[in-house]
Amino acid sequence: AGTKCVTSVLVLLLFCNPGNCEIQESKPAASTVVPGVKPYHNEANEPQAFPDPEQGSLPVFTMDYPRIQVPFEFTLWVLLASFAKIGFHIYHKITIWIPESCLLIAIGLIVGAIMHSVKEEPPAVLSSNVFFLYMLPPIVLDNGYFMPTRPFFENIGTVLWYAVVGTLWNSIGIGISLFTICQFEVFGLQDINLQENLMFASIISAVDPVAALNVFEDIGVNEQMYIVIFGEGLFNDAVTVVLYSMFTFMADMPTVESSDVFLGVARFFVVGVGGVLFGLLFGFVAAFTTRFTHNVRQIEPLFVFMYSYLAYLVAELFAISSILIIVCAITMKYYVEENVSQRSCTTIRHVVKVLATISETLIFFFLGVITITTEHEWNWAYILFTLLFAFIWRGLGILVLTQIINPFRTIHFNFKDQFGLAYGGLRGAICFALAFTLPDNINRKNLFVTASIAIIIFTVFIQGISIRPIVEYINIRRTNKDMNTINVEIHTRVMEHLICGVEDLCGQWSHYYWKDKFKKFNDRVLRRILLRDNRAQSSIVSLYKKLELQNAIDLLDTPMGDLSAAPSIISLHDEKKEASRPKKKFLAKDVRKMHDILSKNMYKIRQKTLAYTNKYNLPDESQNREILIRRHASIRRSLRPGSCRELPSQNIPRSQKYFSLQPGGDLESAFVLRRRSHGGSSDVDRLSARLQMSGVSPRSSSRSLIPLKRLNTIEETRSTQNQPATSPSPVVDVVDEMDLGAFGGSSLRGRKGPVPAPRRHSSNRVKDDEEEDGRVPPRGWTPEEDDNRGNPLLRFPSQRSGGPGGS
Amino acid sequence: MGSSSSRLDRVPGAKDLMEETGFSETNILCLYDRFEVLDREERGYLRLEDFEAIQQLAVNPIGDRIIGAFVFPGRETLDFPSFVRVLAHFRPTDTTWSRSGSQPEPANSRTRKLRFAFSLYDQDGDGKISRAELTEMLQAMLGMQVTDEQLQSIVGRAIQEADLDRDGAISFDEFKKSVEKVDIDHKMSTRFLR
Repeated sequence: AGTKCVTSVLVLLLFCNPGNCEIQESKPAASTVVPGVKPYHNEANEPQAFPDPEQGSLPVFTMDYPRIQVPFEFTLWVLLASFAKIGFHIYHKITIWIPESCLLIAIGLIVGAIMHSVKEEPPAVLSSNVFFLYMLPPIVLDNGYFMPTRPFFENIGTVLWYAVVGTLWNSIGIGISLFTICQFEVFGLQDINLQENLMFASIISAVDPVAALNVFEDIGVNEQMYIVIFGEGLFNDAVTVVLYSMFTFMADMPTVESSDVFLGVARFFVVGVGGVLFGLLFGFVAAFTTRFTHNVRQIEPLFVFMYSYLAYLVAELFAISSILIIVCAITMKYYVEENVSQRSCTTIRHVVKVLATISETLIFFFLGVITITTEHEWNWAYILFTLLFAFIWRGLGILVLTQIINPFRTIHFNFKDQFGLAYGGLRGAICFALAFTLPDNINRKNLFVTASIAIIIFTVFIQGISIRPIVEYINIRRTNKDMNTINVEIHTRVMEHLICGVEDLCGQWSHYYWKDKFKKFNDRVLRRILLRDNRAQSSIVSLYKKLELQNAIDLLDTPMGDLSAAPSIISLHDEKKEASRPKKKFLAKDVRKMHDILSKNMYKIRQKTLAYTNKYNLPDESQNREILIRRHASIRRSLRPGSCRELPSQNIPRSQKYFSLQPGGDLESAFVLRRRSHGGSSDVDRLSARLQMSGVSPRSSSRSLIPLKRLNTIEETRSTQNQPATSPSPVVDVVDEMDLGAFGGSSLRGRKGPVPAPRRHSSNRVKDDEEEDGRVPPRGWTPEEDDNRGNPLLRFPSQRSGGPGGS
Repeated sequence: MGSSSSRLDRVPGAKDLMEETGFSETNILCLYDRFEVLDREERGYLRLEDFEAIQQLAVNPIGDRIIGAFVFPGRETLDFPSFVRVLAHFRPTDTTWSRSGSQPEPANSRTRKLRFAFSLYDQDGDGKISRAELTEMLQAMLGMQVTDEQLQSIVGRAIQEADLDRDGAISFDEFKKSVEKVDIDHKMSTRFLR
């Protein structure tokens, strides 16, 4: 039903879509096929709907299509593509098997076919300027902004190696091979000289690994592979563009001497280094500007975009390259995200994604349309050999490059990884756009366009669809699930977590020296200058702060009743019951169900969950939520005394709990609700009253809410009013824009914040803790809190179902 | 590495450690560097807080247990040799060591690795994984969508499978038996410490 709806809308839109839409020129359409209505121009250039015989009467109904034509049609195109996207995602299964780029091209093809059949011309939108100045920047900004920085910098050598050297290898290899093919007379291609071949080769070397990433994410690829694919995809766009401009320039020249080659190489370095420097410069300037924007929050996102666009245009001015924006975006992101408000942060991310998606969608769309509607020059030999060589050279390239770089890496790429890298090299939007915008003085331009379209369609469709089955096939190492006992499943997962933890403990050795140096420089110099609010925060504290804020805002978006976000209150009750359950026999289907539960619900080890999964989606925050949920759960469990083990060396002051208030609420209303909800005196009610902050009855624990807990951190420098240094003081961290007057802007201070281990509380200590807090209530916190804390905690169900020994 | 011998002198007891654990010189040096980085206040030993400051461990579901396994209960600090000895468990198994040799069992043998894993479960050190301990471990590792009933039945099933002498808890030998098909060497070794 979805697709039918979509196609009918498409057809409708198409027929309302009159002919030549030109964004560049604003000439009104000469011949329109708008059913029924023809704009009619009189001398004063006021079109009228009906050819009105009387000159002077007031037209009741007018329609001036040419005036709005250009933006109107642009909007329709974008809307069309977006409908298509909605349609794809209605059927989840489609997107699993068919990458999104395929679908977009397919829609484009359909639209093109329709247009062709009604003999319409496709809009002549895609000129070189439009592409380079309007369509490419959002894509590049998106790439840079969502680059996962830590893995990127840890693997920067590898990424650049593959991106730069790999692309060069591919371009030159393919170019030369094609040139040799052209030498054969039988193919009729002799007029294509070396420069043109090289230029074409550079166009088709740019790989776009989106589909590969999708597949790998589902199968589970390690972080290293992921970042190499991702980084390579980003950087080789930039490299391709550089090579392209270089080779087009050279293609114009009648002869190429060796000095030109040398100059070309020099230019390459200038472009690269210059790009990086400019990128850093603009990034720092942008970061610095955001330091002062705390009073003008609404326009904060604007700075990010304006600066990056400015950077891009400056790069075009000096013909440096778009590498620049990636560096600019990376630099900017790190500092800007600390300076701007949470909402601006979200806005920036969303807008960047939206712009990039529009750009890329439009490009693929045009690809489809133009495939059908332009005249092609089809030369079997050239095209087939192109496909062949592209494949071969990529495979060879990955093989050779990996062999060279493997000894320098801590984690080597095995053959499966290499296969994934090679086969996942699909061509994407940039390839097409570059081909299409070739200058017209290149003869055989049509051939190049055709060939590039062919290779894109081939790789995207065939490789894109087949990569998943192939990877799954070669990855089958799993034993049959039923043969694994529950024990094995649990224990292996524990071991995986253990190894992950140990590896984190060992840290990454090789780059540590530079990383450390940079970190020191960063802390001492850069952060002071660029950040508005530079307090030495423990990284863990800031991580949790961010997570809590993010969760707070996310929960606003999810519909109420989202069970997955909240610690389940009901389970507290049931645990008591469970203690007395007798052992029962487990049927086979029960066991299968258990396997199912385990595999779906056990936390994945860190390397397997990647935050940035899909280029078309925003970064996946589910791991953050997992972490938060775990924190809340362990805090919840810790609130029950007597259930914990003590490690005598633990000190309560080092504990951390969380304090978060539902955003947008103000304190008074929150308290009113709390009082109302604090009905019974039963323990569970007590807990739920503490934990829930909505006007919901405490028994309906299925509401997803942020538990209201206290965030304690140790203060380095104590404010005068508080207790002696060893006791924790309640510090509330509130986002700036949460306009809670009672809570000032007091923010987190932390020492090397140790991770809270609330389960190590003993009942006594919990009590002490709470009492201390009671003495120093946060400003604005009513005494209500005092009464209700303290002792009731001790009335908690003291036993968990786990008694010693068996049941 | 050119001046490695002099660098090795920085590390106290390096030669003995290498003998005992089988780490190579590079490894010992790298581990020492890492030790120094973790030991921010340069005390010469690590304490619990130093471990807890490692961000990634904080978000590991069993991070606190791992830390507990390093910093043995009852002791407050961890010096470098102990650090290395614990990490020695995670080296890939040496195929050349024979079981019947007279040398003491190396740290990275299968049994020793399993013992380490066992100690993660067995927090109270009584040599058995009780039902409660298993439940706790599982709870740490599962998301929120598992109801307690499901959790209990999973734990029950696990104990049922492994508990051969029907005492309601899993002893070390039973644990060992239950994972005999698992490639422990692969699962419990880290590439960094080759």
